[in-house]
Amino acid sequence: MADRKIRVLVAKPGLDGHDRGAKIVARALRDAGMEVIYTGLHQTADMIVEAAIQEDVDVVGLSLLSGAHMTLFVDVAKLLKEKGMSDVLVVGGGIIPEEDVPKLKKEGISAVFGPGTHCDEIVKYISENVKR
Amino acid sequence: MKDLTEKVLKGDPRSIARLITLAENNDPVATDAMKDIHSHTGSAHVIGITGVMGSGKSTLISELTQLYRKQGKTVGIIAIDPTSPFSGGALLGDRVRMQQLAMDDGVFIRSMGTRGMLGGLTSAVYDVVEILDACGKDVVIVETVGVGQAEVDIIKIADTTLVVVVPGLGDSIQTLKAGVMEIADIYVVNKADRQGVEQTVAEVESLVDITCSGKERKIPVLSTVAKQSKGIDKLLKEINAHKTYIEKTKQIEKQRRMRYEAELVEIIRKRLMNFIFDESTFKEKIEDLLDKISSKKLDPYTASEEILSKILK
Repeated sequence: MADRKIRVLVAKPGLDGHDRGAKIVARALRDAGMEVIYTGLHQTADMIVEAAIQEDVDVVGLSLLSGAHMTLFVDVAKLLKEKGMSDVLVVGGGIIPEEDVPKLKKEGISAVFGPGTHCDEIVKYISENVKR
Repeated sequence: MKDLTEKVLKGDPRSIARLITLAENNDPVATDAMKDIHSHTGSAHVIGITGVMGSGKSTLISELTQLYRKQGKTVGIIAIDPTSPFSGGALLGDRVRMQQLAMDDGVFIRSMGTRGMLGGLTSAVYDVVEILDACGKDVVIVETVGVGQAEVDIIKIADTTLVVVVPGLGDSIQTLKAGVMEIADIYVVNKADRQGVEQTVAEVESLVDITCSGKERKIPVLSTVAKQSKGIDKLLKEINAHKTYIEKTKQIEKQRRMRYEAELVEIIRKRLMNFIFDESTFKEKIEDLLDKISSKKLDPYTASEEILSKILK
């Protein structure tokens, strides 16, 4: 009798120390019945992908407020693909300018949730779009 | 499926991670793999670390693991945090304290939710210990949830159990109570830079004096400040000394036997529960019985006998 749970890695790549948003989202996903692995601040793309492999997650959620998303989000998505984890859903949040969103989507970040997004919306998106 | 087992035995991280997920989800594929894996286990030293929440278990594990790595040993870590009884979700945060280990391919960390188990562990932990053992890790460290007084299941699985206490959590009566304070092979007084550490150490030592009087081995009491890497090398020496001791006295064989007993009981419990509650034929029957119990036509004991008589033939 298989009973699976959606596992989500919530990580903060880069150098900014603002993790309040990430923690609120992590809690909302927890309350939606998901298993959330929170890795903390100052993660490199390599660290995030390594943790994603070991934890065998279905989703990687990235939060970044420093402006380096075009580099760091894209690095994570690329590295996941390189390691054969293209079935992992990658989503992002934080301070992301509107015009960057289409570019991020092209690079494999499936959805971007900016300030003001309801947690329910994120939960719904993840539940409906998990790839495995 | 032989393929997955082979890759796990070769130490492929993705396959190890996948098999752990399958085992956690009670997937039949995992059952087959676990059957093949058992004969490859037994060489890892399994260390259990338990203690109240916030006592510094994760940080201690991070420090210990770095020392093991300096000695060339590979380490598997199972970090358990509680699953919500309300939502079924969990926030697994032990990795935050283990950042130093993040890029070391000699270390495999897996975070797990308790998924309904009491006792400080999770039902699949036996499988995960076997998987990490079989894939070649020299040491497997199991971190329990932050415990209260009575979560003592860790001794069923660990060769060496560490109980972590911190200063300021109560007087000597607390150390005399039954439960967690009875299960240590080594006591660790962490956060030893805090006020009141002398008193805590003295109370634990006096507990040890009482419990170990006349015994061959006296349980060591060690002070550490994990965050500043203080006292960790001494702790590692004591852990290794305990391993040597249980090997010499053959106590390890008894303990392993106890682990397999606990594992066997857990597998039977799980499969029996699935059989009773998930098979479609039983489900209808149970609904019917519940109706009768609710309307007082039947009592719960008689109802249970009706179900059990179908299994116990």
